[in-house]
Amino acid sequence: MKKRALWIVLLCFGVMLYACKKESEKQDEVSTFSGFKKPGNFPEPQYKLANNPVTEAGFLLGRSLFYEPRLSRNNTISCGSCHIQSSAFTQHGHDVSHGIEDRLGTRNSPPIMNLAWNKAFMWGGGIFDLDLQPIAPITAHEEMDESVENVMVKLRQVSKYPSMFKAAFGSDEITTARFMKALSQFMLMCVSADSKYDKVMRKEAGASFTADEQAGYELFKAKCAACHTEPLFTDGAFRNNGLGPSPIDDQGLYTATLQATDRYKFKVPSLRNVSYTAPYMHDGRFLSLNAVFEHYNSDVQATPNLDPLLQQSSGTKGIVLSADDRSKLTSFLKTLDDPDFITRKELAEQ
Amino acid sequence: MKKILFLLAGVALLTSCSKNNDNVEPDFNESNLATLSVEFDNIVGDRTLTLNSTASPYTNAAGEKFTLSKVQYFISNIKVSKADGTTYTVNQDSSYFLINAADKDTRFAEVKVPEGDYTKISFIVGVDSLRSTMDVSKRTGVLDPSGSMEDGMYWSWNSGYIFFKMEGNSDVVSNDASGDPTGKKQFKYHIGGFGGYSAPTINNIKTVTVDLTTAGIARVRKGRESNIHMFVDLLKVFNGTNSFSIAAHPSVMFGDFSSKIAGNFAGMFRHDHTEN
Repeated sequence: MKKRALWIVLLCFGVMLYACKKESEKQDEVSTFSGFKKPGNFPEPQYKLANNPVTEAGFLLGRSLFYEPRLSRNNTISCGSCHIQSSAFTQHGHDVSHGIEDRLGTRNSPPIMNLAWNKAFMWGGGIFDLDLQPIAPITAHEEMDESVENVMVKLRQVSKYPSMFKAAFGSDEITTARFMKALSQFMLMCVSADSKYDKVMRKEAGASFTADEQAGYELFKAKCAACHTEPLFTDGAFRNNGLGPSPIDDQGLYTATLQATDRYKFKVPSLRNVSYTAPYMHDGRFLSLNAVFEHYNSDVQATPNLDPLLQQSSGTKGIVLSADDRSKLTSFLKTLDDPDFITRKELAEQ
Repeated sequence: MKKILFLLAGVALLTSCSKNNDNVEPDFNESNLATLSVEFDNIVGDRTLTLNSTASPYTNAAGEKFTLSKVQYFISNIKVSKADGTTYTVNQDSSYFLINAADKDTRFAEVKVPEGDYTKISFIVGVDSLRSTMDVSKRTGVLDPSGSMEDGMYWSWNSGYIFFKMEGNSDVVSNDASGDPTGKKQFKYHIGGFGGYSAPTINNIKTVTVDLTTAGIARVRKGRESNIHMFVDLLKVFNGTNSFSIAAHPSVMFGDFSSKIAGNFAGMFRHDHTEN
């Protein structure tokens, strides 16, 4: 009888020890969270991090929300549906994105990448604060077709969320502002800065361009870098790159500003991870890099507000790109691929 | 007997005196705040507003018959002034109101101002540009951008508030793409635009100033509530300075014509009386 009691006591201790161990393992996991870090070769972020410091709990909540289909009216579409990590958070293979009930949008899904350095959001601008961006896809008829108000109602009914909001913001209250800030925290962590290009620039051990890549880099600096500025590979500006107007006559930035000088201007996209993000342009009309080169070489059209950089003094339009140029540029552009970014487990749906 | 009458008269005099004392304006003191209420009473010309009054529609200056199904607008940044020019600006965080015709309780904008006699009130129809660019955590209450496409007062695709939303029906609305292709004969006016974050664009922020001297100044005192009763004539949306017909402009949202409609806002507000 006494022996039995001893065994029970021992067993209890064992369970307690195990529980303790589990707790400490959890603690170990916590300590691996790196937080938001500015890569050494990047400028200061545009996002006001002081208003929303990235914490582990906030990031984890944001990740849950990013992959949460309850953000859509019929609980089928999440942010991750059109922003797929393996395609650098774009919707690979779709010219325009597919939303709720397979409704088609009018624009190509842009990457969730280095958004902390973005001054404006969306291909046609209109949104200037990452914390307010998610309202657009949530309420858009062809995307999630839901109201943020109703998303709040739905989230309050899911048992995990009140405690996640409490961990992130101190109380279990679920508000629009907290919801937006958590999503921002996840998106801010989607930093891509570990491509071969970055390693070369940071002079990391053993990193150097091949001859072709180096030649491509020189061509890039001469012919592309005025708009696709390093190190983000976009200057963040809105420009008309001479695409023929689409059948729906999308006029880009003009829609948001109603300034005639903004007609047909779209945001200059980053070229980082360009291998993973085809098709290209705001409406996904070009399926390959070669199609993009061909456009700049011979198909730039004189639509209103064509960017001056695409108008040569001789009167010809575009940028001359020989077959050799294209091959070298392609070699260089591939050095902007960041395999870690598209496989980092921390950013994946859990 | 005479004595008693005399006494009574004295008491009557005293009470009336004390009432008079109440009308003496207290010194202006920004830490001595009392409630002032501003009532936004929607009307349509000579008639009160009834939503969806299909049995007896309203008529505008163009002779078009119409009914109204939705009327919502922001009133913000309330300021009051005294005859000597002293002006008090209501604490900005407590100075945003969404007047919704479908919810009668929302017609009162209640603010705190120092005790005093006010001869002028001014406010913005809409939301100022500063608040329109503030951090999302400063956008609570009526400024929470979480409303639906239907009832919300926020443009998600072009970050900013809809200042004034008025929808209704009229047989003059065509069934083609220039009118209402759903065949519901609906007209929609969603007016906003705060001037843009960085690049300039349309600015429809309108400050309205209303003189209170003719219809009754507001005597704000603690322990009672002065109410400035304002009529908001929605017919002026069509019949104001920039008059237009529903048939010509059945749907106005973020576009150049919206500035014409915003130009009619000031003429909509008329001070009827003040309940002190």
